[in-house]
Amino acid sequence: MKSLQEIRPGARARLTQVGGDRSFQRRLMELGFLPGTLVRLVRRVDVGGLVELEVRGGHISLRRSEACELRFELEG
Amino acid sequence: MKPAASAPRSGAKTPVVAIAGNPNTGKTTVFNRLTGSDQKVGNYPGVTVERHSGRLELAPGHTIEVVDVPGTYSLSARSREEEIAIQSVAGLAPLAPPDAAVIVVDATQLSRNLYIVLQILELEVPVVVALNMIDALPARGEKIDIELLQQELGVPVVAMSAARGTGIDELKRALARVLGDPRSATPGARWAPDSEELLADVAAISPQIPQDWTQNKPSRERALSLWALLSLDERDELAEIPDALRAVVMKRRALAAAAGRHIDLEVIRGRYSWIDSRIDSFLKLERPATRSLSESIDAVLLNPVIGFGIFLVLMAIVFQALFSWADPMMQLIEGGFDALAGVIATLLPEGLFQQFITGGIIAGVGSIVVFLPQILLLFLFIGLLEDSGYMARVAFLMDRVMRALGLHGRAFVPMLSGYACAVPAIMATRTMERQRDRTLTMMVIPLMTCSARLPVYTLIIGALFPAGVVMGFMPTQGLLMVGMYLFSTLMALIAAAVLSRTLFKAPPVPLILELPPYRFPHLPSVVRMMLQRSKAFLFQAGSVILVISVILWALLTFPRDATLETRIATATAAVATENLSAEEIEERQGAVEAELRGVALRESYAGRLGHAIEPTIEPLGFDWKIGIGLIGAFAAREVFVSTMGVVYGVGDQVDEGSTTLRAQIKSETRSNGAPVYTPLVGLSLMVFFALACQCMSTLAVVQRETKSWRWPVFLFAYMTALAWVASFVVFNGGRALGFG
Repeated sequence: MKSLQEIRPGARARLTQVGGDRSFQRRLMELGFLPGTLVRLVRRVDVGGLVELEVRGGHISLRRSEACELRFELEG
Repeated sequence: MKPAASAPRSGAKTPVVAIAGNPNTGKTTVFNRLTGSDQKVGNYPGVTVERHSGRLELAPGHTIEVVDVPGTYSLSARSREEEIAIQSVAGLAPLAPPDAAVIVVDATQLSRNLYIVLQILELEVPVVVALNMIDALPARGEKIDIELLQQELGVPVVAMSAARGTGIDELKRALARVLGDPRSATPGARWAPDSEELLADVAAISPQIPQDWTQNKPSRERALSLWALLSLDERDELAEIPDALRAVVMKRRALAAAAGRHIDLEVIRGRYSWIDSRIDSFLKLERPATRSLSESIDAVLLNPVIGFGIFLVLMAIVFQALFSWADPMMQLIEGGFDALAGVIATLLPEGLFQQFITGGIIAGVGSIVVFLPQILLLFLFIGLLEDSGYMARVAFLMDRVMRALGLHGRAFVPMLSGYACAVPAIMATRTMERQRDRTLTMMVIPLMTCSARLPVYTLIIGALFPAGVVMGFMPTQGLLMVGMYLFSTLMALIAAAVLSRTLFKAPPVPLILELPPYRFPHLPSVVRMMLQRSKAFLFQAGSVILVISVILWALLTFPRDATLETRIATATAAVATENLSAEEIEERQGAVEAELRGVALRESYAGRLGHAIEPTIEPLGFDWKIGIGLIGAFAAREVFVSTMGVVYGVGDQVDEGSTTLRAQIKSETRSNGAPVYTPLVGLSLMVFFALACQCMSTLAVVQRETKSWRWPVFLFAYMTALAWVASFVVFNGGRALGFG
């Protein structure tokens, strides 16, 4: 179980768990962030405290503090 | 565009088609392509969400109403705005279900976009899928098997490019077929709950689904039970949910949680597993995916240094445009209305009616129309920023700063526009989804130094502060002007921070921001939005502004001194007999007339009001004459300059650069001989103008945008109180320190 902080920008990882408040979880899952889905960390912008993820071809940006509710498994 | 009254109401016999889909799928472009210019903008009953609808003639005599529903990623809702989208697609009371739904799907994001298609299919609404942006696939090395997609979904799928205009006729034909035979496009749920636990939840909830939601269809009952199970909780903001339904959903969720189940995951995974098991047959990769162009652009534009720099340059261009590009147009409009008033004045007999038309009506209409250039320009820019996909990047770049202030990342552009004019800026708050974010932004925008404050600052600074330099090179007057800008910006930021932590206290909303691919903006759609919003301003905010400006005109005109005009005529005639040159006579006549008009104004209701409010403004260093100016400035701040011109008897054709008005201000004394205006009074007055909400147009537009009088009243009250306190502190603090 890795957090986003441990993933290198550009790398893919398999989502294992979505945490956080219910509506946050639900919205992420509806956008396709389901456990088992492959997610790519597109970029991490430390100044703004944001991350950009790619899931199912779409690009979604989250705050780093909120994205820490996601857990991953590194591929390979 | 046809007048609203001529379009049929929904619920009549005209079939209604909802255009639904995820945000950023080109939904509105599809809507524009279908309806052309035959559109109207209304409101959903009881809420501020705009309802865009239009008419489409599918065949001679076969006209349908097309409604552009707000974009949503799914049918589960939290906010009132999302609920509207769902009500109009799902047909939950009070809205009737549409006769069909066109679901716009971004072909480049097929897997995620199919989610809402599955949800709508569960509801037995006849569906046509508009597979938009099909032209973007080849560049991505992708190909969609439309035949198979159509077969698996059980509804017509039309490949199209709304931006290029391809596939529109096919979409219309498919829509005509579906409306003629709705059963052909209602194949029923593609995914249905299959686990015993979930079926038990649905069975328990179904009896509580209102009949007018289900229309006696068991499948709708099941779909709406699932919807309730996923949407309701302790913190949703949904209205119109029966208590019994809410209670049973809570109970089932509590039971599930106790058993260690995760209902949301079960349902959402169910739908996605249907998609995932088929997506590889729908979507063929013809060559390996490469890094998209958007991603390469973002590597620059989201860069904390370069990207931020480019962002600032872009914003500077917008700002500059609102400020200086709009200016010639605004001057032209002002000049035009002045000329019109002049022509009317010669056509109508002199008297009260003529004054009412020129001073009340034409000046009032002029004060509305003068905003148009800025509104058009701002909405042109916002349309381009939105349509190109850059607005999402603005929210990305500004998130941290704005979050610290309790504002939405997208509040930045409206706040910046506030430096030009609060009216278009307040209208620009519509780009935010939550009402709370919009209202909060509206409450702080009027604190930004708008261009109407400039003439007032220029007059006061020019009259009361020396034109020297400090520290060898910095001009005092320029520094003061910059200081006023910094002061107002700081106050706006403080107000945002305070209001967001008190009155607008809300649980922080996690940011889930889609960064859509960059696209070339679809200009006709941008222009259409620009025109619709400008029209809305003209007719809705404009009517309030007109009423207030007529009231202000009456305050400044009545009680009417019937002898005034004859006295002016006598006095000027007397001047003409004096032994002077023609120029001197003209000059003397002007002075005599201005003097008499000044006296009349001081005796008008506004003059009496000035006297009446004098005790409240005296602690700020203002006298009753300034009071009249403040009342006049309520129409628009810059009116202060011309009102003071009348009050001091130098005529109403003065501007901020007028040396006579400056001289008059400098020499104005109190009864004890002390000057009325000291630099300290000037500073106090500028602070008052910086903070007070002296702008009826702003209040009218806030009323229109919030659909309530509560917020304009609050805005006026808090800004005026803030202005009073700040001026009091400046004036009395300054005196205590020995200035003035």
